[in-house]
Amino acid sequence: MTTRKLTVQEQLAKWPSHMVLKVGAVAGLIILLALSYYYIPYPGLTDTGIRIARNILFSIFNPSLDLLLDFSTKNGVVYLLFETAAIAFLGTLIGTLVSIPLAFLSSRNIMPNWFTNLGIALITIIRTFPTVVYGLMFIRVAGPGPFTGVLTLAIASIGMVSKLFIETIEDLDPGIIEALDASGCNTIQKIQYGIIPQLLGNFTSTAIYRFEINVKYATILGMVGAGGIGAPLIFAISAYRWKDVGALLIGLIIFVLVIELISSKIRKKLATGE
Amino acid sequence: MEKIKKFFLPRPIILSSGKIVQPKLSPMVYILPILGIAIYYSAQLTRFKFSTLINRGSQFFVIVGRMIPPNPAYFERAWMPLLITILMSVFGTIIGSAFSLPAAYVSSENMVKNKYAKLAFRAIFSILRTIPLLILAIIFRNIFGLGAFAGTMAVGVFTFTIMTKMFYELIDTADMGPFEAIESSGASRVQAFWSGIMPQLWGQYIALILYNFEMNIRNAAILGYVGAGGIGILLNERLAWRAYADVGIILIALMVTVYLIESLSRHIRKRLL
Repeated sequence: MTTRKLTVQEQLAKWPSHMVLKVGAVAGLIILLALSYYYIPYPGLTDTGIRIARNILFSIFNPSLDLLLDFSTKNGVVYLLFETAAIAFLGTLIGTLVSIPLAFLSSRNIMPNWFTNLGIALITIIRTFPTVVYGLMFIRVAGPGPFTGVLTLAIASIGMVSKLFIETIEDLDPGIIEALDASGCNTIQKIQYGIIPQLLGNFTSTAIYRFEINVKYATILGMVGAGGIGAPLIFAISAYRWKDVGALLIGLIIFVLVIELISSKIRKKLATGE
Repeated sequence: MEKIKKFFLPRPIILSSGKIVQPKLSPMVYILPILGIAIYYSAQLTRFKFSTLINRGSQFFVIVGRMIPPNPAYFERAWMPLLITILMSVFGTIIGSAFSLPAAYVSSENMVKNKYAKLAFRAIFSILRTIPLLILAIIFRNIFGLGAFAGTMAVGVFTFTIMTKMFYELIDTADMGPFEAIESSGASRVQAFWSGIMPQLWGQYIALILYNFEMNIRNAAILGYVGAGGIGILLNERLAWRAYADVGIILIALMVTVYLIESLSRHIRKRLL
């Protein structure tokens, strides 16, 4: 044990080097990259590919205005976007309503441990399935159409939403409820003044965040026949109707940007109070 | 009008000092009607029917029931596409994150002095970010042809857009002290960034990469649906054939993979932060 101050070099030399960890990480990365190189062959760019890439890029600057500004028919961009928003909205709402009891039943400060483990296992299983798989399953239930999209997004939302709800519930401050108890409140008053105000802000924020994600999912669910703007966009790309692609892409981009903006404004207000 | 307002206002509270306090109008007074109207029109637009749900809802569980017991023999065909799915996400995540580093640099508030340049970069990246992964996959499939390469590119671009945003937010809030010290000793801004800012952020940067990797595994599983490689193509084919026992084993394999990768990634992230 020396009492003198160490020089910079000595101090640096004393730091752990994590040599094994670093070499292991780099070696693992190299193996994965080699495997990727082997199994994901580069197909090369054909002339057609280059032409398609150029067409898609230019389509955004040259959209079909008929389609973009069509407010009346069901094929117009505006109607499709409204339908997409409606699917996402109802899906989020149902998913959130189902998540609330599920989250309460899986919170460790409310239910016994063995019970919450069951709930959390169920939530994890729901979360792992890809959204499109749910879509393909619900097509068999409700047939093609936007209703299938609603059901798909509802069940796909449950995983993430209830996971975040559980975190909020487990963060409940018991002191407030004890204080209400001490001042003579009954159970309903305790829930009204002690629990709901603590949860409402976070729950709303989570639901709005999920709505933002669901809007993006709703655009791709069209692919499995579940309504929204996705299907027309995919058809337009496959049929090389570049002007329509441009109109649909512009609509989609503006729509998602506006929703993101509103969502972040509301969530900021909920988080900070102003 | 006054009467309507009074109807919605909560009852005034009379304090013990005799003072009358009027509580504020609850925001629910206008939030609830808006929600109600939104629900009504959304239900109209999506042709929401409870009768379908009640009559045919059990069908969903019939399908789930048919997946049990899963068909383990099918795993022999499924493991290879699953490996390709994993490799697509690995490669896509690495490429996307690598490119996101300079992109985040040019769109961060404290590194770029020109306000308009920063805003222009951010606008471009925001627009790219709105395009869903599956649409990217379809675009790349049309450019590069069917196969895993198109999917990898889609994952790469998708990761790039998300990582860029997450990382420039980190750079914005980094401690500028070391940067200024290094810059004042004669280093260029990029050099100062590399040795003054990045050492603060490496841990968080790697944590972000792992987080994106977790998400990508789940997202890449569906890319096969549009012909962009991986396990999705089998999922689609088996579901179309109604070979639910095969779907069951694919989903279980996927679930185990996602679980293992998430556990590993969570373990590493906990050590990093």
